[in-house]
Amino acid sequence: MDYFLTEEQQMIKEIAARIAREKIKPVALKYDEEGIFPRDIVKILADSDLCGVYIEEEYGGFGGGIFEMALVVEELSKACGGIALSFAGTGLGAFPIILFGTEEQKQKFLPDIAAGTKLAAFGLTEANAGSDAAGIQTTAVLDGDEYILNGTKQWITNGGEADVYTVIACTNREKGARGFSAFIVEKGTPGFSFGKKENKMGIRASVTSELVFEDCRIPKENLLYREGMGFIVAMKTLDRTRPGVAAQALGIAQGALDEALKYSQEREQFGKSISSFQAVQHMLADMAIQIEAARALVYQTCRYIDSGAKVFSKESAMSKVFASDTAMKVTIDAVQVMGGYGYMKEYPVEKMMRDAKITQIYEGTNQIQRNVIALEMIKELKGK
Amino acid sequence: MNVIVCVKQVPGTNEVKMNKETNTIIREGVEAIINPFDTYAVEEGARIKEETGGKATVLSMGIPSVAELLKETISVGMDEAVLLSDRAFAGSDSLATSYALSMGIKKIGDCDLIICGKQAMDGDTAQVGPGLAEKLGIPHTTYVRKIEEIKDGYIRCQRMTEDGYEVIEMPLPAVITVVKEINEPRLPSLKGKMKAKKTEVTVWTADDIGADKALCGLSGSPTQVVKTFVPEHNVDSEMIVGTPEEQARNLARKLLSMQFAIQVQEDE
Repeated sequence: MDYFLTEEQQMIKEIAARIAREKIKPVALKYDEEGIFPRDIVKILADSDLCGVYIEEEYGGFGGGIFEMALVVEELSKACGGIALSFAGTGLGAFPIILFGTEEQKQKFLPDIAAGTKLAAFGLTEANAGSDAAGIQTTAVLDGDEYILNGTKQWITNGGEADVYTVIACTNREKGARGFSAFIVEKGTPGFSFGKKENKMGIRASVTSELVFEDCRIPKENLLYREGMGFIVAMKTLDRTRPGVAAQALGIAQGALDEALKYSQEREQFGKSISSFQAVQHMLADMAIQIEAARALVYQTCRYIDSGAKVFSKESAMSKVFASDTAMKVTIDAVQVMGGYGYMKEYPVEKMMRDAKITQIYEGTNQIQRNVIALEMIKELKGK
Repeated sequence: MNVIVCVKQVPGTNEVKMNKETNTIIREGVEAIINPFDTYAVEEGARIKEETGGKATVLSMGIPSVAELLKETISVGMDEAVLLSDRAFAGSDSLATSYALSMGIKKIGDCDLIICGKQAMDGDTAQVGPGLAEKLGIPHTTYVRKIEEIKDGYIRCQRMTEDGYEVIEMPLPAVITVVKEINEPRLPSLKGKMKAKKTEVTVWTADDIGADKALCGLSGSPTQVVKTFVPEHNVDSEMIVGTPEEQARNLARKLLSMQFAIQVQEDE
């Protein structure tokens, strides 16, 4: 399908595809097994000018939007959804600054992220605050020119590897959802350390850690937007970056189909290739249909967001749900098409199946996404 | 420091078709790539330019479509691209190629170092680099695996040999041909691709570079390929069939008879 990408978008896609094919694919299994963070790949992404595709030109980026980011994530994820996350997780950490940062904050933090010399991370989730973000226990108290942060963030992508963290903390317990604020915390700030590094089912080349704040003092200027707007910062950021997760899921699914299709032509049973059997053909066809439908939805959602739309929670949620459910189903089927070989680590689809699962869970579970979609529809109906 | 990198287009597939009259490779209509060895020359040229300042120019001789390949080198660090393209260059051997390239280099002018790949993947002669140096009357070193130092008027490099390396110093300007051990070529960057899109490849004819047409193309090529053919390998083979026991017995018998033959030879 021709999605009529601009010449620049086509270039971005080609560069990312080549990195995926030549640099990521050969190391994907090793990095997954050994849980190696892909510093070398980040360097390649930086040298190829991909780290700043979604950052404005005046801050050293390319000036694209979420679509450019999604194109990179999709291509990288075809080879490894975990390695792609070093890039996508940085996007999640950078978008609060892109969307809500002051000129000074943007000047200070975005150029290094655009150049790929610094990675970013986003800290929202806590042990008792997942889908219900209002349960956040981390606090920030203003003391003169500084905020003092205390608390622990959990399951933070790029935790420990990133240099710039956007963190949501409670500044006024009595105000409920209006009592949270967003802050930028730099690695190396006294009182800011990293706790447990998680041992995960999939995306094992991505690091997932605790962020621990113990009387961590940050300058007042590191408050993002305004006090009390932390929840808004988080929700607006997630609305915008969710198609990034969708793109990751899309890439994983496409990668799995590519492997299954190739294998089905090589593998012979009953004297012919298994791709000649209708049972296998129909599975491959169903995989392709779902992937193409997901791609059409993800791309169009990205374009809609980048067009300057104001409200897109529903569309963003739809793209994430559809692409991630597709990734799960397609990767399971890819393993099935490849049979015993698909189950073995010498073929990449078992890893893709493990990687796919997280896309249904993080940045809002698919159940929460369905809540968002339904509530938006009800709201729209009432508004008529 | 100004660098000129010479590259050659080679067929990207194994399905090479030959022109039966000239016995040269038909390059039209065949997927072409930059000779893989030359990509190391491009990378080294880009690095020298980035470290020392100056300009890196890529130079090639070939059919007009080579211009697109030269644009690719812009996306990986070259500044400018020059293509020598003229019917008069058709059928050039390594001598005529060296001559044409040397004339192109003279026209570009102001160059400190010329870098070539160690050889082309199709012809495998490894002659153009040294030939170029001779035509220009400057020193050269082949099989360079590392540049230890490069300064104004001077280069010290490691020349790979079968069992080690030699350290060679030369005055500049000079020609080096490089082996793949010298670096790892970068992938194209987004800014590089944007720049490549905007770059116009300069195309020069034989007249543009003031070349003597008698020294160009087929007429300038003392090497005439008389015949090209795929060598036939006739190997006598015999399948030993039967049950495993029979196969073993037959194989042993055959081996014994061969041993006898060898013994006979030794006796003689």
